[in-house]
Amino acid sequence: MLKDEDRIFKNLYNDKGSDIDASKKRGDWVDTKDLIKKGRDWIINEVKTSELRGRGGAGFPTGLKWSFAPKKVGSRPHYLVINGDESEPGTCKDRDILRFEPHKLIEGCLITSYAVQAHVCYIYIRGEYLIDGQKLQAAIDEAYEKKLIGKDASGTGWDLDIYIHYGAGAYICGEETALLESIEGKKGQPRLKPPFPAIIGLYGCPTIINNVETIAVVPTILRKGGKWFASLGKAKNTGTKIFCISGNVNNPCNVEEEMSIPLKELIEVHAGGVTGGWDNLQAVIPGGSSMPLLPKNICETIKMDFDSLITEKSGLGTAGVVVINKDQDIIKCMARIARFYKHESCGQCTPCREGSGWMWRMLERMTNGEASRDEIDMLEDVTNQIAGHTICAFGEGSSWPVQGLLKHFKKEIEKRNNINPMFNKKKDIPYLIDQHLLDKDNV
Amino acid sequence: MSLRRPSKEQPEHFEFNLISLEAAKKIVANYPKGKQQSAVMSLLYIAQRQNDNWIPLAAMKYIAKFLDMPYIKVYEVATFYTMYNLSPVGNFFIQVCTTTPCMIRGAYDLVEACKEKISKNENELSKNKKCSWTEVECLGACVNAPMMQINDDYYEDLDKEKTLKILDKVLSGEKPKPGSYRGRVNNEPENNRKTLMDLKNA
Repeated sequence: MLKDEDRIFKNLYNDKGSDIDASKKRGDWVDTKDLIKKGRDWIINEVKTSELRGRGGAGFPTGLKWSFAPKKVGSRPHYLVINGDESEPGTCKDRDILRFEPHKLIEGCLITSYAVQAHVCYIYIRGEYLIDGQKLQAAIDEAYEKKLIGKDASGTGWDLDIYIHYGAGAYICGEETALLESIEGKKGQPRLKPPFPAIIGLYGCPTIINNVETIAVVPTILRKGGKWFASLGKAKNTGTKIFCISGNVNNPCNVEEEMSIPLKELIEVHAGGVTGGWDNLQAVIPGGSSMPLLPKNICETIKMDFDSLITEKSGLGTAGVVVINKDQDIIKCMARIARFYKHESCGQCTPCREGSGWMWRMLERMTNGEASRDEIDMLEDVTNQIAGHTICAFGEGSSWPVQGLLKHFKKEIEKRNNINPMFNKKKDIPYLIDQHLLDKDNV
Repeated sequence: MSLRRPSKEQPEHFEFNLISLEAAKKIVANYPKGKQQSAVMSLLYIAQRQNDNWIPLAAMKYIAKFLDMPYIKVYEVATFYTMYNLSPVGNFFIQVCTTTPCMIRGAYDLVEACKEKISKNENELSKNKKCSWTEVECLGACVNAPMMQINDDYYEDLDKEKTLKILDKVLSGEKPKPGSYRGRVNNEPENNRKTLMDLKNA
C-alpha cells in the first residue's frame, strides 16, 4: 500500500476543508513563485522526467504534449483548457478534486499556463457538477483575492485568468476537440485531426488540453521532483492515480494508490472485497465503461497500469473499476452500456450513429434470449465495422466493451440464444424464383 | 433524456430579468471579443433557471439576438445537449441514473419508486404539476450508487425506501437534504478506511 506521505491528494475525503488556509497547510501555493522562476524548460523537463501520463483515459505523456505548443507566441494567443467533463460510467475522481482539492488544480493551471505560455485558462466542467463547480469558483475567487492568479499572478509577472465553462450533459464533450467546439458555443461534435489542438485549437489558436487530475498533480511533482514521481509504480507507468471502485463491492470508494497495484489488492483491501466473496466475482471493467471487461481468472493477477492492461486487450482508461459479481446478468450489464453509447453518440459519423443503436438492440435481444445463433457473429462484425471508422475514439469506446463481452462470455450468450435462424434456406430452390414467396414455407 | 422536441404550448414573449441580464453580461465578458457565441450555453442555463426549469423558443430567439448569432445555431445547441429542457418539467426535476454501475446496485428500484409516487411515465408531470422524473445516463457519482439528482443536488447511496421518503418531501414542495443517505462522509470507504488515518483522527 502507498505510504501516506506519498499521497498527493491528502484531502480526498475532505477531512480538513478545501479553503485556501487549509490548502496552504497541505503545501499548496507555498513556493509557486520559486517553481515558476526556474523557467519553462525546467518545468517541462521535470514533468518529462516524471513520466506522467494523461489521466483522462488515453494516457498520452503530458510533458511531450506540452512541448508541442509553439515555442514563441505569434499573432495568436495560446490557451490552456482543462477537461473536467467527467462522464465515463464508473469514473468520479475529478469531482472530488473539484470540490475538495480545488487549489491543487488552480495552482496546476498557473504553472501549466506559464509553461505553455497561456494567459487564459478555461476549465470545462460537466453541467451536472454545478454544485462542485460553484465550490471551484469560490476557490478561484479566493485565489484572485490573494493575488495568486490574475494580474502578476503570485508575484511572477505572469498574467492568468481562469474561467469555468459548464457543459450540458453531453458525454462526447469529454473528447478534446468536441470540448473545444462546445466552448466555442457549438454542438459538441469532434473535429478531424490533424491539425492537432496544440497548433490549431480553441478559436483557431494553439491550445493545450489536459485532464483535471493531470494538472492537479503537477505542482506536487515539481515540488517533490520528477524522480520521486517516477520512483512510484513501474517504468512508463509511474506515479499515483485515483481509483474509483464501484459496483458489487462491500465498500465502494475513491482511493489514491500507486500505479501498477494488483487489482485484487485494490478490491480486497480498499473496497472491502467483492459482495459475496472473491469467488462470487464474475468480471471487472478496469477503466471506465469503454474498456473491455476482464473475467475472474485474469483479475486474479492483473496489475492496474496502462501497459499491463493493454497486454490483456483492455486498458486503464480513467481507472474507474466496476466490479460485477455472479448475481448480475453480464449480458444485461453490457446491453445497458451499449444503450449509454447509443444515447451519447453525437451523430456525426454514420458507423457510430447507426452502429451503436444496432449493438444495443442486438444485445437487448440477446439478454432476453431472442436472438438467433448467427446474430452473435453478426454482432462481432458490427463492432469491427464501427471501431476505427469514425472521426473520434467514441467508435472504439462503444465497440470495445461489446468485443470484450464476446471475447470472454461468448459461451454464455450462445447458451441463452440457441434459436435457429428464422429462415432455413432450402438448398434445392431454383435460382430464379422470388425468395419471399417461399418464406412462409421456410419458417 | 428529456423530450428533445419543443413543447407545443409556447409563451409568446421572453426577456431576461435584471438578475439574469447581469449574470449574462458577466459571462459574455469571460470570452474574447467577437467570440460572444461561446456564452450561448451559459445563457441557455440562465434562461432555463428564470423560466421554471425549461427553455421556450422565444428564449432561444432572444438569446440569438443578445449574442448576435443566427437563431438556428442557438436552436441547434439547445436541442443537442440533454440538460436543456425544451418542455415544462416542474419545479422539482428528478433525474435517476440507471447506467451500469448504478444499475447493478439497484437503480431500477429508484425508478419504481418514481413511477409509484410521481407519474407512470418518464417526462410526465405529477398530479400537482410540481415535479417530473426521467432516467438519465451516468451522472458521475458511481461510487455513491445508486443515486439521483433533483435540480442541482445529488442524493446518494439510496434504496427504494429512502427514495420514497425523499419523493414524499419533494411532492409536498420541500427540498430534502442532499448528500449521502447512508451517513457516509463523501467518497470514503465506509468503516473500512485504511488511508490518511492520522488526518481523520487528528
